[in-house]
Amino acid sequence: MSSPLLSLENVSISFGKKLVVDNLSLEIKPGERLALVGESGSGKTVTALSILRLLSQARISGRINFQGHDLVTKSEQEIRRIRGSEIAMIFQEPMSALNPLFTIGNQIIETLILHEGLSHADARKKTLQLLIRTGIRDPERGIDSYPHQLSGGQRQRAMIAMALACRPKLLIADEPTTALDMTIRARIVKLLLDLQQEEIARNGNEGMAILMITHDLNLVRKFAQRVAVMEHGKLVETGETEAIFANPQHPYTVKLINSIPVRRVEPVVDNAPVLLESDKLRVEYYKPKQGWRGLFGKTSHVALQGADVVLRAGETVGVVGESGSGKSTLAQAILDLIPVKSGDIYFDGAPISRLSRRNHRALRASLQVVFQDPFGSLSPRQTIKQIVGEGLVLHFPDLDEDEQQTKIIDVLREVGLSASILNSYPHEFSGGQRQRIAIARALVLSPRVVILDEPTSALDVSIQNQVLELLVSLQKKYGLSYVLISHDLTVINALAHRLYVLKDGEIVESGDTEQVIAHPQHPYTQTLVSASL
Amino acid sequence: MPTLNPTIGEAIVGTPADKRFDPEEALNRAPVHFSPSSRIWHRFKHNRLGYWSLILFVSLYVFSLAGELVSNDKPLVVYYDKHWYFPLFNDYREAVFGGNLPITADYHDPFIQEQLKKPGNFALYPLNPYYYDTLNYFSNADHYPGAPDSENFLGTDIAGYDIAARLLYGFRVSVTFALALTLVGTVLGIVIGAIQGYFAGKVDMFTQRLIEIWGSMPELYLLIIFASIFEPNLILIFLLLSLFGWITLSDYVRAEFLRNRQLEYVKAAKALGLSNLQIIWRHILPNSLTPVITFLPFRMSAAIMALASLDFLGMGVTAPTPSLGQLLLQGKANLDAWWIAVSAFGVLVVTLLLLTFMGEALRNALDTRLTLSDKDQGSI
Repeated sequence: MSSPLLSLENVSISFGKKLVVDNLSLEIKPGERLALVGESGSGKTVTALSILRLLSQARISGRINFQGHDLVTKSEQEIRRIRGSEIAMIFQEPMSALNPLFTIGNQIIETLILHEGLSHADARKKTLQLLIRTGIRDPERGIDSYPHQLSGGQRQRAMIAMALACRPKLLIADEPTTALDMTIRARIVKLLLDLQQEEIARNGNEGMAILMITHDLNLVRKFAQRVAVMEHGKLVETGETEAIFANPQHPYTVKLINSIPVRRVEPVVDNAPVLLESDKLRVEYYKPKQGWRGLFGKTSHVALQGADVVLRAGETVGVVGESGSGKSTLAQAILDLIPVKSGDIYFDGAPISRLSRRNHRALRASLQVVFQDPFGSLSPRQTIKQIVGEGLVLHFPDLDEDEQQTKIIDVLREVGLSASILNSYPHEFSGGQRQRIAIARALVLSPRVVILDEPTSALDVSIQNQVLELLVSLQKKYGLSYVLISHDLTVINALAHRLYVLKDGEIVESGDTEQVIAHPQHPYTQTLVSASL
Repeated sequence: MPTLNPTIGEAIVGTPADKRFDPEEALNRAPVHFSPSSRIWHRFKHNRLGYWSLILFVSLYVFSLAGELVSNDKPLVVYYDKHWYFPLFNDYREAVFGGNLPITADYHDPFIQEQLKKPGNFALYPLNPYYYDTLNYFSNADHYPGAPDSENFLGTDIAGYDIAARLLYGFRVSVTFALALTLVGTVLGIVIGAIQGYFAGKVDMFTQRLIEIWGSMPELYLLIIFASIFEPNLILIFLLLSLFGWITLSDYVRAEFLRNRQLEYVKAAKALGLSNLQIIWRHILPNSLTPVITFLPFRMSAAIMALASLDFLGMGVTAPTPSLGQLLLQGKANLDAWWIAVSAFGVLVVTLLLLTFMGEALRNALDTRLTLSDKDQGSI
């Protein structure tokens, strides 16, 4: 058994009086792939950053041994020599981790000159090789591109190339795929695996180790050899990936593994009427033409075309697609928040665009929405009572103060919150609770259709599951219909009866959820399914 | 799997299963909830310097508003020949107090003062027996400006007006002027910025071009031109300054609105069916006021300075309107009469300093990045 490459011994990290990481001990062997798993606030990123001493305000106690040297006691100068050359790091959001004012090539060349002492010409040559290795499209051009000229996946590849420049012994990857689309995620994970295999093939057992920080259990299962689970700053369980998934010991690990959404869909009544229907919906965005022509005309960009969506009463349809595929546009078009270029939407058989003002307002009450970001979707200066009650005042003006209050309290209890929060403000709640409040705001108007625009994307996995359960139980109780918009097939699979796959503004495949996932027809659906399940 | 299992980080308040759940009781048990604005006030109060500056500034202003009781050339109450008189509210002829002339009594006249001092009579004078436009015809001074002495404890200016009185009323005029200017500028700025930011697109572009044209008008030259056409007075200066004062603020409000209109709570409000005005008023405006509030004290000090500089340059109000800028101008012209410049300068410095301290405290209180623990300002 070789000696560990990195070992953390009784490491505690605190900010001021707040203890963030509590007595953590962890080892990584050379050439190993370890996943550090936990929910937000569990201290996993702080642990990673403290290995490189990138947290200036944190107090670290304990020992962080890297190849036999304690990193905690090293001087700032010594640690700087290790950063980038011995231990490299890739971050979640490649756009903000790359300097927007320098070309990709420049930033990698800089690292090489600094740590390896290469000449500029040699460094450039090596950079080009690195970019080829990480699979950047058209590397000759990519090397002189600025970060904003590359797509998200390409940027993350450039980040990886930069991290690998000095052939580090340890690569720390902090949520490297979270900001990327599903299909690209799979490719980045494969790239990391391939690169590590290459390193091991070249250096034998002394190859590069990878510490992957993530909350995505699918990713862990595909990638890691060993898993370490963190909860509230404590390491609760470590072990081989297979063993942990097959036989988790700690209750928190059990909960995490159980939190992968499972399908809990009840069949729709056979003769359920069609509630919402869209007919060849087309939405265009306008933007000024390039250069001086922009003064005179605009070009249009088609965000959505030929969208025929049918929703029956008590049914959930899923809309899945990558960012920019037009799925949020579809939601907003149905909600009449953006103008529709052509096509029509029918609610209960009546075309929405031809409704009178009065009926239109009534429609607002029966067509509600829950948004993705629980922090942006509640006005920070209103109390919960005001937030939930606002629609009541508008749509049910006959209710007096007491009846309104009763209704608000009822609906809050329906989503699992107590009446004592009526006078609280949104900042007092966690993400999951805020999402419940957002659901309450929609529910209080007794809607018939609720549009769920990525309702769980901003939530931790275990909370995500709770919110999904809540949605299912509400659907059962009130016969609600959902339009569920998500980039995550597992969420769609958990909730949706039927699904539509959107790509570049067009529906490429639709049908029964189980059927589509089991036998995807369109090549895009196939990659999507293989990437996420 | 049970529905709704409470977990870590997701403490569910109350239990839906509890049938005997009493909302009234729950409300009574509920802890005090701080709204964002009350938290800001709390943070502001913890900044000692800013808080005391606010208290001092408000007290000074209230004091100056009651200036007639403190500094006036008429007694507050007179008891003469078994009658009560209130010269502050009524004008009495000299004949009333035993004089011969049918003119309004001048209470600095030694004859009147003698009359009022006679046994049985009684007069209560204010602390400083001068109004800002009082000319003391019975002064002992042999020239103006007169140095501080027992008659005028801060001396007199070149016309013989009492400086202490002029400072007091000058302060009152400056602050009132600044308050009004700030109010009008803020309201205009918010309204125009809100319309631009909320409707965006063509409305925004059109208004923005108009503002650019309007903003490129030379404000100072306009003031000079108008000062030479009309007799400059406070109303005219106020109108001219408020025509331009809102521009910077509307930019800030516009930017805030442009940002906030994209947020999901605004979309949610639209999906609820709220009208534009309701969304602006209830949702976006309260969340867009941070730059407005932060700038209030600084805008006030800018307004005070604007008035003082116009007066100093001779384009402002004319005597006898009390003005700090005019006193500075006189001080500059009469360097040997040090008491004029020093006292006017002192009042201006103190006023502006208090406003700046308040502004800084307010800025820190509104800055969410500074947490209470950062500044060690106690806890909520």
